[in-house]
Amino acid sequence: MSRELLKVSGLSMRFGGLLAVNGVALTVKEKQVVSMIGPNGAGKTTVFNCLTGFYKPSAGSILLDGEAIEGLPGHEIARKGVVRTFQNVRLFKDMTAVENLLIAQHRHLNTNFLAGLFKTPSFRKSEREALDYAAYWLDKVNLTEFANRPAGTLAYGQQRRLEIARCMMTRPRILMLDEPAAGLNPKETEDLKALISVLRNEHNATVLLIEHDMKLVMSISDHIVVINQGTPLADGTPEQIRDNPEVIKAYLGEA
Amino acid sequence: MTRNLKSALFSALLVWAVAYPVLGLKLTIVGINIEVHNTSTFTLSVIAICSLLMFVRVFFNQQLTSAWKSSPSLPKVPAKATNFLTLPSTQRWIILGLVVVALIWPFYGSRGAVDIATLILIYVMLGLGLNIVVGLAGLLDLGYVGFYAVGAYTYALLAHYFGLSFWICLPLAGLMAATFGFLLGFPVLRLRGDYLAIVTLGFGEIIRLFLRNLTDITGGPNGISNIPKPTLFGLSFDRTAAEGMQTFHEYFGIAYNSINKVIFLYLIALVLVLLVLFVINRLLRMPIGRAWEALREDEIACRALGLNPTVIKLSAFTLGATFAGFAGSFFAARQGLVTPESFTFLESAIILAIVVLGGMGSQLGVILAAVVMILLPEMMREFSEYRMLLFGALMVLMMIWRPQGLLPMQRPHLELRK
Amino acid sequence: MPDIYHFFQMLVNGLNVGSTYALIAIGYTMVYGIIGMINFAHGEVYMIGSYIAFIAIAGLTMMGLDSVPLLLTAAFIASIVVTSAYGYSIERVAYRPLRGSNRLIPLISAIGMSIFLQNTVLLAQDSKDKSIPNLIPGGFTFGPGGASEVIVSYMQIVVFVVTFLAMLGLTLFISRSRMGRACRACAEDMKMANLLGINTNNVIALTFVIGAALAAVAAVLISVQYGVINPNAGFLVGLKAFTAAVLGGIGSIPGAMLGGLVLGVAEAFGADIFGDQYKDVVAFGLLVLVLLFRPTGILGRPEIEKV
Repeated sequence: MSRELLKVSGLSMRFGGLLAVNGVALTVKEKQVVSMIGPNGAGKTTVFNCLTGFYKPSAGSILLDGEAIEGLPGHEIARKGVVRTFQNVRLFKDMTAVENLLIAQHRHLNTNFLAGLFKTPSFRKSEREALDYAAYWLDKVNLTEFANRPAGTLAYGQQRRLEIARCMMTRPRILMLDEPAAGLNPKETEDLKALISVLRNEHNATVLLIEHDMKLVMSISDHIVVINQGTPLADGTPEQIRDNPEVIKAYLGEA
Repeated sequence: MTRNLKSALFSALLVWAVAYPVLGLKLTIVGINIEVHNTSTFTLSVIAICSLLMFVRVFFNQQLTSAWKSSPSLPKVPAKATNFLTLPSTQRWIILGLVVVALIWPFYGSRGAVDIATLILIYVMLGLGLNIVVGLAGLLDLGYVGFYAVGAYTYALLAHYFGLSFWICLPLAGLMAATFGFLLGFPVLRLRGDYLAIVTLGFGEIIRLFLRNLTDITGGPNGISNIPKPTLFGLSFDRTAAEGMQTFHEYFGIAYNSINKVIFLYLIALVLVLLVLFVINRLLRMPIGRAWEALREDEIACRALGLNPTVIKLSAFTLGATFAGFAGSFFAARQGLVTPESFTFLESAIILAIVVLGGMGSQLGVILAAVVMILLPEMMREFSEYRMLLFGALMVLMMIWRPQGLLPMQRPHLELRK
Repeated sequence: MPDIYHFFQMLVNGLNVGSTYALIAIGYTMVYGIIGMINFAHGEVYMIGSYIAFIAIAGLTMMGLDSVPLLLTAAFIASIVVTSAYGYSIERVAYRPLRGSNRLIPLISAIGMSIFLQNTVLLAQDSKDKSIPNLIPGGFTFGPGGASEVIVSYMQIVVFVVTFLAMLGLTLFISRSRMGRACRACAEDMKMANLLGINTNNVIALTFVIGAALAAVAAVLISVQYGVINPNAGFLVGLKAFTAAVLGGIGSIPGAMLGGLVLGVAEAFGADIFGDQYKDVVAFGLLVLVLLFRPTGILGRPEIEKV
């Protein structure tokens, strides 16, 4: 019986007159991969934005390991271990791949001003460790040879992998991926699937996923939440979702 | 074809509409009235030629672009050379070489040259400081001169009222400017970037207005004069020492020479610049320096990684202000006089132009640009009234043709351990 | 009750200055609403407008024409035509080639443009103040006299009427005409408007031109009212008008109108309380306060960040 790491209930988000998200609930247990699916414009990314503090939800509660985090600023939520990627990849484009990874480790570095100014041994050690950790993850996502290339010059699939590696640098408790397979070719999608499995099995990562690629979702998810027009439609195991008539209707229209 | 003709005619007319009323007509004061007169026929012919050129350029736009493309391109700087010049290690060696030269030459240079070099060093300091804010952290600060003014007046006032020496006031001026930077930045840095530009601009003006209007304290438009020069461990560089002081030439038993004072000031400026360079170089390889650049690239991604944007911006803003404070107190010491008119928006614009021209984020670029910007107008005295005009035009053209600046810097190469 | 009269006098003077700020502020707000950038050279456009007004007035006077309505009309037309050309050229030179680059870059090029224009006028027309006599002397006086009266000059009435007409014209243009609709569409969503076949380049150029024309109207009014012009005037007036635009809510045209009036009145009372030399400090202090407590301005819509 694993712990409930993230528990969202009654989450709503209103923009002016538009109720973009209405009463969404979901639970992510430790080491699970949970997927959120639904047609375009269903409000999935808005849920993500509420969970990561980019929007202040209009109603509802978000518990991270029992602690309420709704309404906190984004950087504080990230520090508590909720880290995300973006639908349209947000890397520091002019900086190199390895620099991108170093920035994400700021919480684990020696940030003492004087220590850095005089390059004290403890400062050198912490920088060295950060570089080693970055090297380790660059290897995991197959980007070692591109370590010193500006991130913006990498291929799209490589950028997506780098963004995931950058999240892992922060030692997240829950990793949120917003359509990680969008724009990838079938081979790259297979690699992504393998990477997510490695994250979970070898690094104890808990993953919350938004994805349209049903093959990917069905094969790696422990649990699936379906949202339609901002409201929860169904939730259950991949098998339950596959056979749910409501879900089929939402995706395919009236039969 | 008619469309081409139409837009060509329009462009030609536009040249007239823009140029003729301002350049071709001149308002002159005659007694108590003003009159309008045509300026020289030369001006008119220049406008006519420009208009004609514009017509040709628009009318034959397609032919011209294709001709331009097919013509053999000029021999460019080989890619290898640019690559070499923009490498961080190359730039560091060049800076080191410059420092050695800068240490030696004043003992052989003329008094005037050393004096100008000191001025250049002040602008290098300001440029490097603003480069942190604009070039690294991507915050457009248009009121940088306000912090410069705070530094200058801190020294001037403390020396005037309490007789404190330059060496005590230098850190105090930095601290004071930092405090102002912090107090201003704290509320403002939460806002969008464009607002920041305007609020800082307003701040610079407010500082100047206060300095001019608080006549009882700051001396108003006349400013504060007779600010003492720095001393070398208590040794003054004046001809005769004040009560209880000793002069440099007496102590070392050499003949009095006024150039010693100039060289001494130059060396202080050089040391200050070196200090600033050292600090910035270290910062770039520290977590906070990387965070500045990350913030410039993408604030949202920074937040998603747990970086607090306000704190990062504030640190850049405050540090930039501190360097301006140092530069300001040195400026006050060198001039011996501060007035509010030394701290107008134009000064901010010049410093910004130095940062932009040099290549945002590059230290060697800033040094080079400061030399160009200060030396050129000094060398072309007769054109000095065109100086600001050229500044303006240069800023526009640089942004269009080479927004990365004269000498941008490549990313540092980090060696991974196997 | 002299205080009441004093209060109303301050109010009238404040609204007078404020309505000219409002006219200039519209230029900032329209450009910001469409391309999301500050037109830094807008203050210089205003300054050039005031020079053209004086050139037109002085030129006609030299020809022996001194009918005031004629002089004013000529000043308005000449000034609007020339500043429109400037607005268009600024967009072509300092903004259009840089579209799509980092936000800082067009801003810096616009600052360069502003310095360039100011110095062009400085060199071509020298730095001396140029002045003309008051064209419309006299005014209405209310109250018993002495310290207890409110004077509304004829010139102030002209300012109010012209400002009102200009704003009415703009509002009708934006809400009724085809081009106005295109403007609003671009302000909503530039990419979509482009896909629907609107020539967004033309719309952007148009907003620069309209802004410049309104700045010219303000320039004629202010320079005729005060009778003095100077090549350095654009900077401060531009800064004030920008403050007005932010105050009202940048991007919103009614906001700019309201912001201008509020700023003008606040400045008049501020100068009365703290002394004239702190007038500008009051304006900038207000700007900082507004940004602190209501960054979206009085009428601005809160922005939803697109993640």
